[in-house]
Amino acid sequence: MLDYITSYLSSNVTPGQAGNWFWATVYVFVVFGGVAVVVLAMNWLERKALAHFQIRLGPMRVGPHGLMQPFADAIKLLTKEDIIPAQADRFVFWIAPLIILCASFTVYIVIPFGPTHAITDLNIGILFMLGVSSLSVLGIVMAGWASNSHYPLIGSLRSSAQMVSYEVAMGLAVVSAILMTSLNSTGTGTLSMIGIVQAQQEQHIWYVFKFFPLGLIAMVIFAIAMVAETNRAPFDLPEAESELTAGFHTEYSGLRWSLFMLGEYAAMGAVSSIAVTLWLGGWLRPFPNWLKGSAFDFVFSLFPGFTFLALAGFCFLGVVRMPKHPHFRIQTIGLAGFGALLGFIGLVLLVTPVRVRVQDIYWFVAKVAVFMYLYIWYRATFPRYRFDQLMTVGWKILLPAALGVLIVTAIVGVLF
Amino acid sequence: MAEEIKSPTPPPVGETKPPAEQAKPSPAPPETKPPVASPAAPAAASPAGPAKPAASAAATPAAPAKPAAPAKPAGPTPVPWDSPVVSKLKSRHGSGVREASTYLGQNYLVVEPSVTREVLQVLRDEEQFDYCVDITAVHYPKREKQFDLVWILYSFPKNERMRVKTMINDGETFPSSVSIWPTANWLEREVFDMFGIKFDGHPDLKRILLPDGWEGYPLRKDYGIIQQDQKWVQINLGIQSGQ
Amino acid sequence: MTDPTTYISHLELGQPDKTYLDTNELILNMGPQHPATHGVLRVILKLDGEKVLGTECVIGYLHRGVEKIAENRTYAMFNPYVDRMDYVAAVSNGLGYCEAVEKLLNVEAPPRARYIRVILTELNRLASHMVWLGTHALDIGAMTPLFYTFRDREEILKIFERYCGARLTTHAFRIGGCQYETYEGFEKDVKNFLDFVPPKIDEYEELLTTNRIWVERTRNVGKISGADCIALGVTGPVLRASGVKWDIRKAKPYSGYQEFDFEIPTGENGDTYDRYIVRIKEMRQSLRIIRQAVDGLPAGPIMAKVGKVIKPPVGEIYHSIEAPKGELGYYIVSDGSTQPYRVRIRPPSFVNLQALDLMVRGQLVADVIAVIGTFDIVLGEVDR
Repeated sequence: MLDYITSYLSSNVTPGQAGNWFWATVYVFVVFGGVAVVVLAMNWLERKALAHFQIRLGPMRVGPHGLMQPFADAIKLLTKEDIIPAQADRFVFWIAPLIILCASFTVYIVIPFGPTHAITDLNIGILFMLGVSSLSVLGIVMAGWASNSHYPLIGSLRSSAQMVSYEVAMGLAVVSAILMTSLNSTGTGTLSMIGIVQAQQEQHIWYVFKFFPLGLIAMVIFAIAMVAETNRAPFDLPEAESELTAGFHTEYSGLRWSLFMLGEYAAMGAVSSIAVTLWLGGWLRPFPNWLKGSAFDFVFSLFPGFTFLALAGFCFLGVVRMPKHPHFRIQTIGLAGFGALLGFIGLVLLVTPVRVRVQDIYWFVAKVAVFMYLYIWYRATFPRYRFDQLMTVGWKILLPAALGVLIVTAIVGVLF
Repeated sequence: MAEEIKSPTPPPVGETKPPAEQAKPSPAPPETKPPVASPAAPAAASPAGPAKPAASAAATPAAPAKPAAPAKPAGPTPVPWDSPVVSKLKSRHGSGVREASTYLGQNYLVVEPSVTREVLQVLRDEEQFDYCVDITAVHYPKREKQFDLVWILYSFPKNERMRVKTMINDGETFPSSVSIWPTANWLEREVFDMFGIKFDGHPDLKRILLPDGWEGYPLRKDYGIIQQDQKWVQINLGIQSGQ
Repeated sequence: MTDPTTYISHLELGQPDKTYLDTNELILNMGPQHPATHGVLRVILKLDGEKVLGTECVIGYLHRGVEKIAENRTYAMFNPYVDRMDYVAAVSNGLGYCEAVEKLLNVEAPPRARYIRVILTELNRLASHMVWLGTHALDIGAMTPLFYTFRDREEILKIFERYCGARLTTHAFRIGGCQYETYEGFEKDVKNFLDFVPPKIDEYEELLTTNRIWVERTRNVGKISGADCIALGVTGPVLRASGVKWDIRKAKPYSGYQEFDFEIPTGENGDTYDRYIVRIKEMRQSLRIIRQAVDGLPAGPIMAKVGKVIKPPVGEIYHSIEAPKGELGYYIVSDGSTQPYRVRIRPPSFVNLQALDLMVRGQLVADVIAVIGTFDIVLGEVDR
């Protein structure tokens, strides 16, 4: 048994490829735990960042600077009464959020956090991701249907039409990135996620810069399509409150509704990961070829630790600025503790054995975090698209553009 | 702040009082007797100002017989209004146009109900009064013709405003002006809602501000200020009306 | 000229449903409680899929019988009631009423009072347009301008509070002039405000005016021509955006507006985007007027000679002003006693709302909300 466990440690493939059940399960728990943490963090960040965009503060009371707000929300949602409409189809009503959740989480098994840091690496990785994430459309339609009320039904139909339309553009943009992977010495491309990043490594260029501006246009198309895919602003007409049809999750309350939100944030993370893997070089650090050498490697390897130390610094700054009143004592202590924790993590990340191993994961997560922040930024800034305009953008603007980019990439790839 | 407004001491009898100024001493009047504020004199009192001196003055009745308040200048009166519009209408409808006057600079016509519709049509079509500002009514219960119907019209090309008034009886209906000015739609509905005057030819004459089943026409003078349709309240709100 | 009976549709809701077997048409109710109806307004939509075939507005949820109350109060007692109609622009309401009664009494407010009135009314116009901008943008989906406009409106409300003690329903004026003299530092506050606000208006414009999504949501939405506006009695920025250059402050000046130099912005297409541009420009013109008024504030009395008891002679008067929403008119009939015999308030939002049907026909459901927002209605004024 112990041999089984330790035998994997010396391999250089992902546990899924190595066939090691134990480590695959461990990785699954780690990744899903990470996704849960990310969802909580996104919840907090969304409320705070949106508030700061709107010149207000956001949650401040629940924990220091609202850090415990996601926990409070989770507890609230868990303890709410579970209401099912009387005429609803109970089984479908129950299973719809589960389908969305499973679909959104299953894609995480192929997301590459590093050359061996993934649960597994299918050789059709990207195809698998696009396919499985499309299953969430089924969940949305089921949710709208099971609610037995015509506003959620209309909302869910709109939502699913929107998602299906933008998947076409997404797929074509993905294909143009895949094409670029075949421009290596052997002339064969790859659909595997790790393979795509390794192709970028071999070709010494992040695909966003390849054949400039083609890679950039492809990434921008994907970035817009992915926002529409996850029903986020400015494409959130189906779930906006001030429109007439209130969206597919109207009839869901409490835990079931939180499953929808969980699935939505997980899907956001998943499609952001696709974008990062395909165009932004996955786990590669910036300038791996320009700034070569062990000195630069060393400097870049300090980034994870310093990020956490900087976050800890912000926490301590917050501690200093807390009002000096007895009512705030607990918050001050809490924030200082949190800052201490972050600082500790930062120091741990600076230690040599950890530092070397954590590099790839850090750069990958940092890039995904940039995309997640952009999601919040879009929500604060843009008005909503009307549904027919949304469909126009998807079919009449993004699709021809994606096709064009694909064809031109192919031609350029052959010629150069 | 408001407290800075010191009211000047009330002037003695007969002198018109200067309006309240900011902490400016009034011209020193000879104060030999308690100042008497004549109730009829236009005391330019801002309500926060000289309440006290007025109260104290009211306490002391007018000591020596003060001369009667200076005779008020005669107020404004309606002046006959003469204009091409009026002459044209008068020549067409003769006695139908009962009165054409100007009061305080505002022109108005008083017309017989039978010719009002044509007058309005002529005003819109020929005299370019293309904007119907308002349609309203006034209730005079003691008069023979109880309701005053008023149209307030404005002409964009001529930048002129005028009123057309007619008098009708309770129970009489009146032809609707919707075909002349589409804006009359809701305005006439409100007149019907509040006064009960029906307009013939209105596309959709029903209550607009009050609920559909309400009985009674509130802006009539015989409808009490706190009166409500008890039946409607009972049925629809399920409560005993507090009024 | 278009057939006037086509302007306003009635959905024949009481009749047997002729569309029973037609599965395409749907009657949808945008109920009195709705985040986007700016108050309690009920709109019944007849839809063909997403397209609107006709609408019917049901109003009266906020009817408080203000006109009936007026007959039972003295002229001065009725003054605070008037603020509560269009509660967002209370100062304008008060201005219209006080001026109407002053006309009946044949007195005129002294110059200083007129200038103070103009300053406060234009500040109120700015505040009202800020509320409009924030809520309209929120309906269309842009959440952020709401907070920016409300934040800047706070500065105006602070000035009101320092002047008369109230932020919203100000009761700022009295019949005959102003009751309160300007407080210590009023002019400094207003001048600071005039420096503070233009960059903020630029900020709102930066967020919205050239924003691709905003333009797509508002261009060609809710179009109405100038002729239709006049026929339907629509006034205010809606009329001006349709190309008719008419503003009561220029056409029939009141309260000293003839002494100020300002422009009347107009639009061309009469769509929602033009109304947005017209209101933004009006905000800037208001700043211009305030600057001129504050710079030229004359000294002198602030109250004309009106008796303690206001008893206008027998007669009637109609007086209207340019409220932020349109032509706000007061028709007062006096029978010589201390209480008015009839006060009729001509509300701009009430008359403007009639045009909703015409503007929304043939458009999509999501546009109905944009159009209701662009009217800038306040239900307190619609229902009184």
